[in-house]
Amino acid sequence: MTPTVIIQLFVFLLAGFVGFQTITRIPPLLHTPLMAATNAISGISLVASLVLAGSNQGLFSTILGTIAVGCATANVVGGFLITDRMLAMFKPAKLEAKESVA
Amino acid sequence: MITTGIQLAYLSSAALFVMALRSLGQPTTARRGMQMAAFGMLVAVCATLVDQRIVSYEWLIVGLVAGGIVGYPLGMWVPMTAMPQRIAFSHAFGALAATFVGVGEYLHGLHAETLSHGQTLALSFEIFLGSLTVTGSLMAFGKLQGILPGAPITFRGQNLFNLSLFAVGLASLVWLVATPYDVTFFMVILVIGTLVGILMVLPIGGADMPVIVSLLNSYAGLAAVATGFALDNNILIVVGALDGASGFILSMAMSKAMNRSFANVLFGAFGSESGGADEGAS
Repeated sequence: MTPTVIIQLFVFLLAGFVGFQTITRIPPLLHTPLMAATNAISGISLVASLVLAGSNQGLFSTILGTIAVGCATANVVGGFLITDRMLAMFKPAKLEAKESVA
Repeated sequence: MITTGIQLAYLSSAALFVMALRSLGQPTTARRGMQMAAFGMLVAVCATLVDQRIVSYEWLIVGLVAGGIVGYPLGMWVPMTAMPQRIAFSHAFGALAATFVGVGEYLHGLHAETLSHGQTLALSFEIFLGSLTVTGSLMAFGKLQGILPGAPITFRGQNLFNLSLFAVGLASLVWLVATPYDVTFFMVILVIGTLVGILMVLPIGGADMPVIVSLLNSYAGLAAVATGFALDNNILIVVGALDGASGFILSMAMSKAMNRSFANVLFGAFGSESGGADEGAS
């Protein structure tokens, strides 16, 4: 294992813990919006798709990459739009929720 | 110089994502959290666009525009009641992207003869988790949408079948890592991932489906982590790990909120082959 891989494993471990910690104890009200938001976040594979599609590694890779870019973009755009719509709908309920949490 | 700039942009994007997840956990700040996440994504994408490995932009633009056109109605026109299945459908898109990237990178490495054992391991995980999420999400979508029967489906010897499939997958993984240029086993892993996705969702009843959708979200995150390891990309590792861990915790929290034990949802129909009946009642 190269030093880079070791560092990457550390990064993975620590980021995983942060993920666990930030999500524990969230109110059930937010389960669905959070699910939609993390869905949008998982579209981060767009970054990898961009590199594959743009780096001229042959026709087949470019086609795969372009489809991947399209799919990941759809995931990101759709995911964030719908999360926003959902959270905007919560606005009247927001105060109530705050009281019940506090 | 550009590389440093890209890495710094990735760093700030990672910070944005962490803060976003934190804000998303409270009703008062949830919307701001979502905007932070969207901004973080924008930063990451823009930083990637100036990457020196990207030499041509025509196809990127085609992909981005097409994705935007598909994504907009997915986000704006779907009724709120159809939320879980829309999320499942969107997962299938994201995971398909991860799977394609895995296949593309593997083929590139195959032709350029640059595959290392570690990279092959990461790519195998990526296509396994990716293809599993694609079919699993499509199954969940079908069940929630009413295209497929919502009741859990079990068959005799399901446990044995799943376990042996898993064993074959594991053996192929070990073999592929030992001999990275053996394409057959790469394909075997891809096929097994596809099958596992279907089999995983088959015994889950419609009412428990949101838990599975959230769990699949976690797998999609882990696929992104594997991509990050294969491509030496830290933002993919960080965000994928955040997504993987939070998706897992979220699915546990959701099953708790529904007064169901997490293991029961996952293995309810797996555990006892005759116990499928009480699962169907829920």
